Amino acid sequence: MAETRRSPRTPLTYVLRIIVIAYLGLLVAWPVFLVGWNAFHVPDVGFTTQAFGEIFSDPQMMHAIQLTCIAAVVATLINLVFGVSISMLLVRTEFPGKRILSAMIDLPLSVSPIVVGLALVLVYGGREGWLGPALESVGIQVIFATPGIILATAFVSLPLVIREVIPVLEEIGTEQEQAAASLGASTWQTFWRITLPGIKWAVIYGVVLTLARSLGEFGAVKVVSGNVLGQTRTATLAVEEKYLNFDQQGAYAVAFLLASVSVICILVVFVLRARGARVR
Amino acid sequence: MLWFSLLVLIPLVAVIITASSGGWSAFANQLQNEQTAAAIWLTIRAALVVTLINVVIGTVIAWVLVRDKFWGKGLLEVIIDIPFALPTIVAGLVLLSLYGAESPLGLHWANTSRSVYLALAFVTLPFVVRMVQPVLEELDADVEEAAASLGASRFTTFRRIILPSLTPAIAAGAALSFARGMGEYGSLVLLSGNLPFESEVASVRILSAIENDNPEGAAAIAAMLLMVSLLVIVVLDLLQRRMVRRG
Repeated sequence: MAETRRSPRTPLTYVLRIIVIAYLGLLVAWPVFLVGWNAFHVPDVGFTTQAFGEIFSDPQMMHAIQLTCIAAVVATLINLVFGVSISMLLVRTEFPGKRILSAMIDLPLSVSPIVVGLALVLVYGGREGWLGPALESVGIQVIFATPGIILATAFVSLPLVIREVIPVLEEIGTEQEQAAASLGASTWQTFWRITLPGIKWAVIYGVVLTLARSLGEFGAVKVVSGNVLGQTRTATLAVEEKYLNFDQQGAYAVAFLLASVSVICILVVFVLRARGARVR
Repeated sequence: MLWFSLLVLIPLVAVIITASSGGWSAFANQLQNEQTAAAIWLTIRAALVVTLINVVIGTVIAWVLVRDKFWGKGLLEVIIDIPFALPTIVAGLVLLSLYGAESPLGLHWANTSRSVYLALAFVTLPFVVRMVQPVLEELDADVEEAAASLGASRFTTFRRIILPSLTPAIAAGAALSFARGMGEYGSLVLLSGNLPFESEVASVRILSAIENDNPEGAAAIAAMLLMVSLLVIVVLDLLQRRMVRRG
């Protein structure tokens, strides 16, 4: 945008500005800052990184962090492949039930994580689930095990890649793809050489957002994981456990780690978007 | 398609079927439990109130971000997204540090019903802002200037020119914010204390039903939540269409 539009400054401008800053400050900025402060600051002792030392030397805590990372990365990969292909399907093809499918895609964002967990338990539960006993008889345990955690994580972060990719796919249109096809490129070549570079940035935003959401999933994971120490306890579950066991310092430290990752994810998207806007 | 069905559709259908397995009377019985009814009522009330707050403050925030210019605005942009990316359990801990027992402000809201409103306001903050902001950016200033030059006051310009074009975006943001509020769980666990009849929300009731090996009860509340969310989304969609037609 060449010219910046700005309303004339009146007292109202300043009143609104102050309201917004105060609201965001009280609701978000100050509390988030306090978590960082509490993670490093122990009353009567001063600043210390002791809590972090304890986390990194606790094998069970390390296991929880590792499990969170594995589940988040696998769920993100699944959503990347699935998200790009379903976006292609929704934008480039016509089929009956398309409108319903595209309405359903957003569903995971508006369903309670507890309901997500319950739904997965009802289907994949080992004892009474619809598919659970069959899977168990071939040796695959889903609920109270890592696959269940991955499923729950993939469920809640499902729409994020799709929501980023679909508008871009619609915008770039099909002309270049048709040109490539008419010059003899296979469908696969067209996708790799033409479509994918076009949607590259949207895919990257989607992946970063998915990763942030996946690392932090709590409710759905709590229902499906069983929270077994050293086996299915994830980092977010550990935060709750530590806090309830009066290990506030530890809880704040893990929370600080998780919060840092998500803030970094936001900053990455923020910087990429700003760059994208400049390039355009 | 198959993956989507396995992951999303079949499990959600399972919830509905489990909820209806005992027939209508069993379903109604589960919901008539006093504690459950109180939890559902609190959830609906809090989600509605917070959505209203978001409609007002969210639009104001979007307005300031688009039309105002001051040092540190970029920081506000980042702050808006924090509630979306922050793990919900961390969000609870975050709020507890300012509004909990050791509150530097002296506000001891933890374990009261206020904490529910607070937590919902936190997690649903980005929805209205992020929906309204791009629309406001695209809005043509010429029309506003024309209105002003024809003698419309700033308030009239806002009400008659700007607000109608923002309405669909505000409604969409409100729908998302309400649905999210209805289902919130993670940020409330540590903050609200889950006291029955005071600060216990529907999601917590579902979880305790699951833990007490009562999947029918859990599914009944879950189905109820799904229906309320669906209803609100449909109503807002209709409202939005009417606004667009009239505009």
